[in-house]
Amino acid sequence: MANWCRISSRTISNHVKTRVNQGLPWGAVGINQTSGLSSALNPGGPVSDGNWRYQNRLPVPRNRATLFCNQRFESTVAEKQRDSFLSSESDDDHQSVDFPGGKVSYISKMNFISESSQTRVPCYRVLDDDGELITDSDFQQVSKEVAVKMYSNMVSLQIMDTIFYEAQRQGRISFYLTSAGEEAINIASAAALTEQDIILPQYREPGVLLWRGFSLQEFADQCLGNKADYGKGRQMPIHYGSRKHNFFTISSPIATQLPQAAGIAYSLKMDNKKACVVSYIGDGGTSEGDFHAGLNFAAVVEAPVIFFCRNNGWAISTNVSEQFRSDGIVVKGRAYGIRSIRVDGNDALAVYSAVSAAREMAINEQRPILIEALTYRVGHHSTSDDSTKYRQLDEIVYWKNARDPVNRFRNWVQNCGWWSEQQETQLRNSVRKQLLEAIQVAEKTEKPPLSEMFSDVYDYPPTNLEEQENHLRETVRRHPDDYPADISV
Amino acid sequence: MALRNIIGKRIGNGIGLVGRRSLSTATCDVENRNSKSMNLYSAINQALHLALETDPRAFVFGEDVSFGGVFRCTTGLADRFGKARVFNTPLCEQGIVGFGIGLAAMGNRAIAEIQFADYIYPAFDQIVNEAAKFRYRSGNQFNCGGLTIRAPYGAVGHGGHYHSQSPEAFFCHVPGIKVVIPRSPRQAKGLLLSCIRDPNPVVFFEPKWLYRLAVEEVPEHDYMLPLSEAEVIRQGSDITLVGWGAQLTIMEQACIEAEKDGISCELIDLKTLMPWDKETVEASVRKTGRVLISHEAPVTGGFGAEISASIVERCFLRLEAPVARVCGLDTPFPLVFEPFYMPSKNKVLDAIKATVDY
Repeated sequence: MANWCRISSRTISNHVKTRVNQGLPWGAVGINQTSGLSSALNPGGPVSDGNWRYQNRLPVPRNRATLFCNQRFESTVAEKQRDSFLSSESDDDHQSVDFPGGKVSYISKMNFISESSQTRVPCYRVLDDDGELITDSDFQQVSKEVAVKMYSNMVSLQIMDTIFYEAQRQGRISFYLTSAGEEAINIASAAALTEQDIILPQYREPGVLLWRGFSLQEFADQCLGNKADYGKGRQMPIHYGSRKHNFFTISSPIATQLPQAAGIAYSLKMDNKKACVVSYIGDGGTSEGDFHAGLNFAAVVEAPVIFFCRNNGWAISTNVSEQFRSDGIVVKGRAYGIRSIRVDGNDALAVYSAVSAAREMAINEQRPILIEALTYRVGHHSTSDDSTKYRQLDEIVYWKNARDPVNRFRNWVQNCGWWSEQQETQLRNSVRKQLLEAIQVAEKTEKPPLSEMFSDVYDYPPTNLEEQENHLRETVRRHPDDYPADISV
Repeated sequence: MALRNIIGKRIGNGIGLVGRRSLSTATCDVENRNSKSMNLYSAINQALHLALETDPRAFVFGEDVSFGGVFRCTTGLADRFGKARVFNTPLCEQGIVGFGIGLAAMGNRAIAEIQFADYIYPAFDQIVNEAAKFRYRSGNQFNCGGLTIRAPYGAVGHGGHYHSQSPEAFFCHVPGIKVVIPRSPRQAKGLLLSCIRDPNPVVFFEPKWLYRLAVEEVPEHDYMLPLSEAEVIRQGSDITLVGWGAQLTIMEQACIEAEKDGISCELIDLKTLMPWDKETVEASVRKTGRVLISHEAPVTGGFGAEISASIVERCFLRLEAPVARVCGLDTPFPLVFEPFYMPSKNKVLDAIKATVDY
């Protein structure tokens, strides 16, 4: 009869193992990979699972049709997990039943999985609150050069935020939002990547651009919307984008970048690139449908994308307690079959290590990874917000002073003997000066000409746009006072 | 039902004949090389085969496309090009389009299928806020021009609210995308290939009614038909009719009958609704002085309103009668009442006569 039901768990396990290791095009995942974190943190060492089919990928698309039959087997992770669970239990207690999606064991006692675990998922950190290295930490060592660059960028980001925020208050730019409190997330995550990795930001990650070499002038130009702005003055301030830095242009709608990230990562996969996509999202953004869409797609197509969630506790005035009932974001990864980690977002070294490891896994195993970085939004949501209206001032002050990621990392860098007070003062003065100059230059730079309003809607303008442009120019000639003088017609 | 069958055969004769008249340059590509009689889904299937054959960076994805698709438009693609390039996606339209935008942004041709136009709305944000603005907002640093979204649209006889919609008007209001609707198999193949190869994101609505019913000779080679060029498919002098997709077959019936009453009708297939070819329609209205627009979508706020407003702006003094619109009614698309809802041949005919007799 149905003797296959009673095949011993060990045999099934072996059976699955054999199938999993057979000629998979995208890289096999060993059954024990879920405990791969510690091996992934081997300083300087890539994740080793011995089954890097990734390197043996066949270049001819046509053969993928048959190879993917095995791939189907590969993606029923639940089935593999069952084997690892069952291997220690006797056959008599569990019989299995099959359904589309694989075999499951059945149980005659009714048992609801609890809505939460007994304990929250722990948070990976390497530096204590004072910036002292915690003993026996796993972390990816950084060189003096990298550490100093990281720290300098964190400081620059902090100063840039302060000055641009002030500029908005003075009416010199129309809008701004800061990344205060999230400097470690911004810089350390960027530092762990290469320039080939593609960034899909939400909007609170300008530090990634800063790390990659976007100049203070380029930031100022976008904020002023002048003709040097790569975006040609079309979007609000902070909507940066830079092709040469592999940083996709920011758009205001939340989470739309997540399914796009899956598509971009799929393209990298098709091209066999040793690169990944990193897409950022806030805690609020994870409630959007696009979060679900993005993670699910990435998991199903096995795309090399890191979903980096900055859980800073607030979505404008909405606290996380009003955003979800789960244990934060990290637990959602499993729902999509995505490997995840929770990290202390204010610990630059931890963020650096986690992103390094995630990148290795994403690329070598061709899979998405979810990182939840816990942090706190020290600033207001934006210059259009006054967060003291919905949260306590002492809460803000506490995080700003006692939990500052910049101070914390400085302590570590200084303790390594790599930074001094003098360098600190020099750096801060220099950046401040450069920024003030950059803003002045940006203000004096012309705005883009009127023709830039009509270009790039399509690859070239259709007749209706040509007509509208001509008509508009006549109108401007007739009523020049209705129009800003600093845009040349 | 019988009428539809006749229409099915008529398309083979009527439009085939008209095709040779080439008033616009639209059909000059479509010469009589090797061609084969085929229906709409086969023509679309051929276009997709060619698209994937000619560009190794072309991908086809969507719900159920792997086995051939619920309308068989993607038959044979997965077997021929492999599952890395032709694959099923999870059931999530916002994911399909978002994923497609990402793929296209990397220079690939992302051919996304939405199973029914009725289900395109979850992807509306991605289409309007992302795809349409991708190039513009980045200052042309990035673009997703390689994206083509295909969706079956329109009445099918028994589709009800959620298998019959014509949502083209929503998308015609979005600068940055193109909207294209073919009327027949030969048109569909050439237009779809143009859409796929056009460097702008395109939404391509396929009249599902015609998937099997419309049969005509379709050239087997790789050819493209130009976008944003309307085609005069029937010449006339008394009134201009403008339509697209399946509705043209109804309109053509009305034109033929109107002919018997001595009314000479000029019938224009708009083909591309965004950006649309105002010049061809205007030239025709200058000749006839009368215009009638017909579409299945509800009349209020339908694309006929845009055409009407534009024509009135440009041809007011030439018009002999108000611009007529014969469209779907302002109700959700009903099931048993479909025959009452639809802009039928007789409704069009009545409007032709009323306009001519104004």
